Amino acid sequence: MAEHFKPENPDQVLEAVQWGLAEDRTFDVFAARTKQAYGRPTPATDSLDLSALSGVDLYEPGELVMSARAATPLADIAATLAEHRQRLAFEPPDWGPLFGSGDAGGTIGGVFVCNMAGPRRLQTGAARDHILGFHAVSGRGEHFKSGGRVVKNVTGFDLSKLMAGSFGTLAVMCDVTFKVLPVPEKARTVLVFADDAKTAVAAMTVALQSPFDVSAAAHLPAEIAAASGVSYVSRAGGGMTAIRVEGPGPSVDFRCQALRQMLAEFGETEELHSFNSATLWREIRDVSYFVGDDTQVWRLSVPPSEGAGVARTLSESTGGRTFFDWGGGMIWLAIDARPDAAHATVRAAIGATGGHATLIRAADDVRAVVPVFQPQPGPLAELAARVKDSFDPKGVLNPGRMTEGV
Amino acid sequence: MEMPDPDAVILSRRAAIITDLGRLVPDENIIVDENQLRAYECDGLSAYRQLPLTVVLPETTAQVAAILEYCRDEGVKIVPRGAGTSLSGGALPLADAVTLGLGKFNRILEIDYDNRCVVVQPGVTNKAISDAVEHKDFYYAPDPSSRIACSIGGNIAENAGGMHCLKYGLTTNNVLGVEMVLTSGEVIRLGGKHMESEGYDLLGLITGSEGLLGVITEVTVRILQKPATARALLLGFPSSEAGGATVGAIIAAGIIPGGMEMMDKLAVNAMEDFVHSGYPRDAESVLIVELDGPDVEVDYLVERVEAIARDNGAVSVRVSKDEQERQMFWAGRMSAFPSVGRISPDYFCMDGTIPRAQLPKVLARMAELSEHYGLRVANVFHAGDGNLHPLILYDANNPGELEKTEEFGADILRLCVEVGGVLTGEHGVGVEKRDLMCTMFSEDDLKQQQRVKCAFDPDALLNPGKVYPVLHRCAELGRVHVHGGQTRFPDIPRF
Repeated sequence: MAEHFKPENPDQVLEAVQWGLAEDRTFDVFAARTKQAYGRPTPATDSLDLSALSGVDLYEPGELVMSARAATPLADIAATLAEHRQRLAFEPPDWGPLFGSGDAGGTIGGVFVCNMAGPRRLQTGAARDHILGFHAVSGRGEHFKSGGRVVKNVTGFDLSKLMAGSFGTLAVMCDVTFKVLPVPEKARTVLVFADDAKTAVAAMTVALQSPFDVSAAAHLPAEIAAASGVSYVSRAGGGMTAIRVEGPGPSVDFRCQALRQMLAEFGETEELHSFNSATLWREIRDVSYFVGDDTQVWRLSVPPSEGAGVARTLSESTGGRTFFDWGGGMIWLAIDARPDAAHATVRAAIGATGGHATLIRAADDVRAVVPVFQPQPGPLAELAARVKDSFDPKGVLNPGRMTEGV
Repeated sequence: MEMPDPDAVILSRRAAIITDLGRLVPDENIIVDENQLRAYECDGLSAYRQLPLTVVLPETTAQVAAILEYCRDEGVKIVPRGAGTSLSGGALPLADAVTLGLGKFNRILEIDYDNRCVVVQPGVTNKAISDAVEHKDFYYAPDPSSRIACSIGGNIAENAGGMHCLKYGLTTNNVLGVEMVLTSGEVIRLGGKHMESEGYDLLGLITGSEGLLGVITEVTVRILQKPATARALLLGFPSSEAGGATVGAIIAAGIIPGGMEMMDKLAVNAMEDFVHSGYPRDAESVLIVELDGPDVEVDYLVERVEAIARDNGAVSVRVSKDEQERQMFWAGRMSAFPSVGRISPDYFCMDGTIPRAQLPKVLARMAELSEHYGLRVANVFHAGDGNLHPLILYDANNPGELEKTEEFGADILRLCVEVGGVLTGEHGVGVEKRDLMCTMFSEDDLKQQQRVKCAFDPDALLNPGKVYPVLHRCAELGRVHVHGGQTRFPDIPRF
């Protein structure tokens, strides 16, 4: 019979894992379940629900640092930070609606173990760039910690980076300490009405090579732009490139003007102010354009300059719809559902340019047979398996969540 | 400082090992002569010295792989070495280990402005990367003060920082990819010109791993466009509390300066004697705040920072009027080490990080310790990120003074940990802070880190004796303690 543990403190987490080790059981580890459909389905025998590990333990706005228990709702974190005009700078997406699991926003632990990152990734990095330390229970049934509460720290291996993006397969994170940043006074978005992706990537490249400290750069082809809730974007009747700048008021005004002049050669320009700008970037961040249909969704990370070419290949070979974030380096692809999710075709499109593709949304039975994460070459895959072993030698935690059989 | 006992068998086989290595690299790339080996006997932490078994200087990834494979098969230890500027003894040789110098990996392989990155070999210096892209107004952001000499491979090994970390991040936030060789001789690539690594973030793990996990043979870093302008404020305060409060108030106001450096009176006066930056000699604490960005932004923020500083009791306020004056403000701080070197025969540079609000407490306690040990201490501080560099002044010619200095330094680092900070912000643990790791980590914490090392280096051949005070065998670390039959059913809430 499956057990459903809901520990209320780290010692109870430890007790559960030790029981699992002794009894040869395995755990599906989760909290809010908003990312339950992200990664491979796990055949775990029992479940470990962390949602009782909630609450902010430390917040010092003047030091830009916060510590919270793993299952603290992201919404609570955001609200607490907002009281001091601060935020998580990496702009964690809410893919709940994309997965059809509601828009609860998830938990801070989920954000870190899945290494989430939104459009601001290209300026301030991903979750992994903001985690400072954590405490966890390993799959060996031992408490351990790593890192600290200060930004500059090279004391011992940076296991925080390993936890970020491990999908709970190494250890059960109980609490996490991370860096926060001020909310800038102002944010604006320059729109460039550029139809084709090649022109768009060229425009984004020029913007990102400028000294104007661009905080996001995305491109929506015509059919995607038409679905935007921002009328300037949806009514343009063509493709649209968006460049965001943030900072002190006078600086944002200046940089917007400068970017509009600089980008005029690529197409007509327009400017979105606070509300519309925020709406557009939330849509891009949460992949809203693919919410509510039954397509399969891929996310590809490639060198930005290769983005347009890879996306064209993808559209031609899969018939899917694409849009771009991260200055062209992130391609979102939606294709009609098929049993193999076209994984060979999608990964072939990356070719020799370097990069990787992740199957973000597909039915459980598809994600069980298609490699969700980019397959790694032999020596690297073997190394990753040894790293997994070093934390969880008996495979107690989220078995198969990232790689079949690991 | 005790290092592991040298392996007598390896020492006795030295000649044969050198002959074997000679088949893997050209003869001139192996150093055996004692006089030449002297050049490699220490790194930036020159208080510790040891001649290596031999030094090998490979030129290609294939040669590195062949050397590592040979050493694995023969059970020979390896100490990787970049430019040898480590301040923690990370590249300190071992008598029974081959020092693997990456100095010949000195080429810039590709500059890719469209993808805002540069691909280099690991021996290229930090500054050379910025120099190579300067004509297009790009630069590589992390700037440790040894940037003229230190190599990018070493920067990754130590996760090097610098003066601009608060705004632009550390090495780990600016590296996109590496090629590295494992002790098995296998070559792996992590990351590349794209963002995000696939699978576990091994790139993040090896950054700051101090040469214990593998040997880096190629590096891709991101480059940034230079801010249009930069201006600096030079602020003097009657107390360290007032200076610290100003730093906190600037950040609480939502301003992230490009650089924010604090110095105490002893450091300021040493710098003034040496470079005449115009620092206020009577201030107890001097702060340099640099703001960068478009002119309009910098002007706007300079005004705000000036107001915050006055509100917090600044007794002197100067704002740089031009680039020359800005450079002048920095000249003193940039020469912190040589300045202090002029007022003392020797100095020992510490590197703890503290939660910034603890600064007054830490400085007060440090003054007491200074009295107790009878040794002066000058303080320079990366104020934005809490990274403290106390410089303990001593004279190695006085018997027992080095040992006393080490004890003083250890007390300072224990104090950093006690107030919620860490042993090292950017210099690394190396051999210097190895024996203090237990003040910050439990045995289980340290064992988990060493298990990760086992995944990369099962025979513990890479840089042994560094970072971890006790070396456990991987087989022993791998055992899982399962209390079968004894574990009662957990009394944990269900749902």
